Amino acid sequence: MIPKAFKRALWVFHVNSGSCNGCDIEIIAALTPRYDVERFGIRLVGSPRHADVIAFTGPVTSDMADKVKRIYEQTPDPKVILVVGSCGISGGVFHESYHLEGPIEKIIPGAKCFYVPGCPPRPEAIIQGVIKAWEFLEGVEKK
Amino acid sequence: MKYEVPIGPIHPALKEPIMLKFTLEGERIVDVDVIASQNHRGIEWIGMNRNNPVQSIYLSERICGICNFCHPACLVMAVEEAAGIESPERAEYIRVIQGELERIHSHLLWAGVAAHELGFDSLLHYVWMVREKVMDILELINGNRVTKAIIMYGGVRRDIKDEHIPKIKRMLDYYKQAFGKLAKLFLEDKTIKMRTREIGILPYEEAIKLATVGPTVRASGVKKDVRQDMPYFAYPDFEVKAITPDMLTGETIGDTYDRIIVRLLEVKQSIEIIEQALDEMPPGDILAEPKIIKLINQIKKAEGEAVARYEAPRGEDIHYVKLKSGFEYLYAWKVRAPTYINILSWRPMLLDMQIADIPIVAASIDPCLSCTNRVVIVRNNKEEILTADDLHRLSVKKTRRLLR
Repeated sequence: MIPKAFKRALWVFHVNSGSCNGCDIEIIAALTPRYDVERFGIRLVGSPRHADVIAFTGPVTSDMADKVKRIYEQTPDPKVILVVGSCGISGGVFHESYHLEGPIEKIIPGAKCFYVPGCPPRPEAIIQGVIKAWEFLEGVEKK
Repeated sequence: MKYEVPIGPIHPALKEPIMLKFTLEGERIVDVDVIASQNHRGIEWIGMNRNNPVQSIYLSERICGICNFCHPACLVMAVEEAAGIESPERAEYIRVIQGELERIHSHLLWAGVAAHELGFDSLLHYVWMVREKVMDILELINGNRVTKAIIMYGGVRRDIKDEHIPKIKRMLDYYKQAFGKLAKLFLEDKTIKMRTREIGILPYEEAIKLATVGPTVRASGVKKDVRQDMPYFAYPDFEVKAITPDMLTGETIGDTYDRIIVRLLEVKQSIEIIEQALDEMPPGDILAEPKIIKLINQIKKAEGEAVARYEAPRGEDIHYVKLKSGFEYLYAWKVRAPTYINILSWRPMLLDMQIADIPIVAASIDPCLSCTNRVVIVRNNKEEILTADDLHRLSVKKTRRLLR
């Protein structure tokens, strides 16, 4: 399954929409030698225009809401969203705060989202989320 | 001709949103402006309006995911002082060990990021591989890799058991061996020396004037460390000395290289502190009041205010707490994180530097937030967009130019 599944390398653009850095360091940990997803060709890229997957962390603060929307629009199709961490899913510990516009699905309605719950999720969980996103993209390509 | 370069607020890698505006003359930076608030989540408001004090511990853990022990520890210290709660001595030692484990992981994380900013990605991967050892120990004694949920008013929630101690000692031995290699890689490597020596200098007077804290101020030669000046928890037993770069090189310049030295030496210091703490840790209880309902009621009845200071990996963290009798939440809560102060030092550091130096100088204060994605250069009314990759390329290019 794995060699076939990774014939197409996913490029991920990471957006911090006001997260606490906990998820962000776990994303980097997933890329570095212990977990090493770079061996599958999964890597972070510097621009949304190069990305297949946008990894959002954080509960989306008011300042970041329009930037999140713009990044989604700038990413070419087919694309999926990977929401890493509980706060992007529901607001997490920050729910009810006055400076939040999130969660992500409220900002970008109708987008294809994959959720990785946890505060923060372990690198293994993030890798699983990326694989789910790949399976979806592979299905889109076949059609 | 002057032109403005806005950087941020979106950027890849391990960085939080913040916006920086640089005014440039050619390659030279003549002015720096910082625009924050993209990461404002209203945490203090939640602590004062929604959460009871015990829930606020876990909320304060999420102020910063990297230094997720320093904020709850500081809050707990303030509330304990205001409500008059004493914690057992064993708990104080466990808190010291947790704090120092966090310092090791945070400084190694920073070292990796700094290497990445210089375009030295193999070093980033090496350092993060070394860092996984301390993450394993954190997982072993806390049950989670990042957020620890260990501290509680009047003690800690989980003990360090006897079977953990040999594993922790093995990790410390590993780091003692790795330290020599890390020091050689970071301090003797020609590339790193060229890109950091005399770059981003923060002079002694300027550091004091801006009230900079943590490794940033110590690298400028100011002997300032809360663990030395106002010891808390079990730190009075350890005689911590503030580390300045002249301990290794005999001189203090206050540049990026000196900040690398200070952080490396602090990793070594943390190893020594943990070793001593493991040997001297007294037996006994770890929690003064195990029943949480009782504890909440005790804090609810308490009246008073307190300020707590904690030496986080990035510098001095301050929490102010006021409790009012009969009030369910914290009556007042103010957090001053170290990066908030240190960010101001970007200005004197970056003035007269080049664009290619921005990433490493900005990273050198170990900001809990940083920059570099979409840079728009407006030159002769023509817009050019620089992505983080472009900035990274500029940085790598400068390294190559210097190597020639």
